[in-house]
Amino acid sequence: MSSKHRSQIAVRGQPRSPVFAALGDETRLALVAKLCAGQRRSIAQLTKGSNLSRQAITKHLRILQSVGIVRCVRTGRESRFEFNPQPMEGIREYLDFVSQQWDFALSRLRSFVED
Amino acid sequence: MESRIEKRMELKAPVSRVWRALTDYREFGEWFRVKLDGPFVPGQVSRGQITYPGYEHVKWEALVQKMEPERLFSFTWPHPKSLGEDDDPQDYSQEPTTLVEFRLEKTANGTLLVLTESGFDQLPADRRLEAFRRNDGGWTEQMKNIETHVKQTP
Repeated sequence: MSSKHRSQIAVRGQPRSPVFAALGDETRLALVAKLCAGQRRSIAQLTKGSNLSRQAITKHLRILQSVGIVRCVRTGRESRFEFNPQPMEGIREYLDFVSQQWDFALSRLRSFVED
Repeated sequence: MESRIEKRMELKAPVSRVWRALTDYREFGEWFRVKLDGPFVPGQVSRGQITYPGYEHVKWEALVQKMEPERLFSFTWPHPKSLGEDDDPQDYSQEPTTLVEFRLEKTANGTLLVLTESGFDQLPADRRLEAFRRNDGGWTEQMKNIETHVKQTP
């Protein structure tokens, strides 16, 4: 692949690893789970029911925003947060690809040992 | 978010047979489609050349981790940026890796094989599916061929 081609790929893709890192935390996973329901939520709503302060929740939301999983939408004076599945689809696509390769390799292994 | 792959399958073959297919480098090469330079040794790098049609230019490199007889075989391997034929020669030692583990368990009818691949959270941003798609859908086509082959010759 030419360096031109490679840089195109790098630009086109949404970074994968930061998304994993952002999700590697129970609080943030729980926030994503809440937002996955589809409704936009305010910080107050997201703080309610957790043992964390508003500041702590805000900090976690910033991390999720920084990798693009969560978007902040302003309505008047209030900020609401919503889930953005796009970066996660990038990861799933790659995992699906590797997973499919294993399916094929393992079916070859099966015919190899069961013969 | 799951960042690992797990596959479980039961094989109608004794554990010793499956173990040999996994850890004898010639047998592994047969079904995995790679020509390996020599036997697997824990702690040592295994090298070879992929024999998968259309990907013969791709190097195989893995660091063997554990070989616990008839129980566990594991290695780490790199996820290179792309597998294109016109790529620069790659220094795999600089590539991030994932951990592949094969676990075996005796069952009433044969062997339960559990494959896991983990560590995808270590991969940098540019390991993109697009890199594999470039080749006129080469991979997809090849995989279909193999599926057909496997179905025809069970």
